[in-house]
Amino acid sequence: MMAAIILVCSIILLLQFFVSYCRSLIAASSKRALSPEVQDVTGISKTATGEDFARVMQILQLCPEPPEDRKSIRAIGAYFRLLNLLRSTVARMAPSMRTWTDSERGHCAYFAAVALERRISFSRDMLAQQMDS
Amino acid sequence: MLGPTDWVIWILATIFEAAVVVCSLRRQAFRRYFFLNLFMLLTVLVSLGRFRVLMHYGRSSIEYRYFYFYSDALLVILLYFALISLYSRVFEEMRVERYVRFGAVLLLGGTAWFSYAVVSQSSSRMLTHFAFELSQNLYFVGLVLTYALWGAILKLRETRALLVQLVLSLGVYFSAYAASYAISNLHPDLFSHMVYLFPIIGCLLPLAWAYAIWRVPEEARLAPSRLAVIPR
Repeated sequence: MMAAIILVCSIILLLQFFVSYCRSLIAASSKRALSPEVQDVTGISKTATGEDFARVMQILQLCPEPPEDRKSIRAIGAYFRLLNLLRSTVARMAPSMRTWTDSERGHCAYFAAVALERRISFSRDMLAQQMDS
Repeated sequence: MLGPTDWVIWILATIFEAAVVVCSLRRQAFRRYFFLNLFMLLTVLVSLGRFRVLMHYGRSSIEYRYFYFYSDALLVILLYFALISLYSRVFEEMRVERYVRFGAVLLLGGTAWFSYAVVSQSSSRMLTHFAFELSQNLYFVGLVLTYALWGAILKLRETRALLVQLVLSLGVYFSAYAASYAISNLHPDLFSHMVYLFPIIGCLLPLAWAYAIWRVPEEARLAPSRLAVIPR
């Protein structure tokens, strides 16, 4: 009985901490403006929608990744899947939840676009270093 | 013996743990987050110690089990103090460090007493069971304390992004551990299937801390009310 209570509490808290943690990662990127070329490539100008996420992630896979980027993108990918799950289940019954998940999915896509911008500049730096040597 | 997956997880975990200390030294944050770094440093040492014992005696040996559970109890106590040091940082402007420390020691003593009371009724190998019980209870106490700290961060409108990320990743770690312990308690037959789960969860905390210390500048600020699941 005690273990079951601990399990339920832990899972609820795990979800809460995980969502807040992902939002703290996203918050850092939401203030950054995208460069015109990333806007062209991704089709995102100021705000992104959840539908952009898969496309931006595909482009992201094409660029070499800086090692410190890997973890945050995986965490946001997992968060995006969690939002999709909520959207297709609970949010069907609660319209406010649907608005919230849509806005969060858009933030995830914007985060991926900012990560793409970082990767492009990382690739440029690598190329410049190779040219120098 | 260790399989390839064990090797990969073990090497990655040790690298991530060492990375926290290296990142802290590079960012000159070692003293600022002393207990966090001390915990990571000790985790690296314990990891190497476990490897040595494992190679010497094997995974199913009694020596390895003793070493594993005693070192785990030691680590979780240190992690508890790392959490208390985060409390001190959040409440530093209120100058209540002394009360926080006193409360922490009292709570640790209480948890130890409770663990002893549980094992003394039903155990022949009391010290080993005590170490296991204490670890398990401290993970849950840690989870509750982290949640209370997160509540305090929201209430006090703490804006330091690095501190917020350190606390939230600790919350994810504690809750994942507490859930895994609870599952293995509910269904002991599942324990063999969860053999990789504990070390994978163990990788998450150093990874998140290394990322936060390396990428988030000390002066970075964010509005924690925007991070809460239920908007405030």
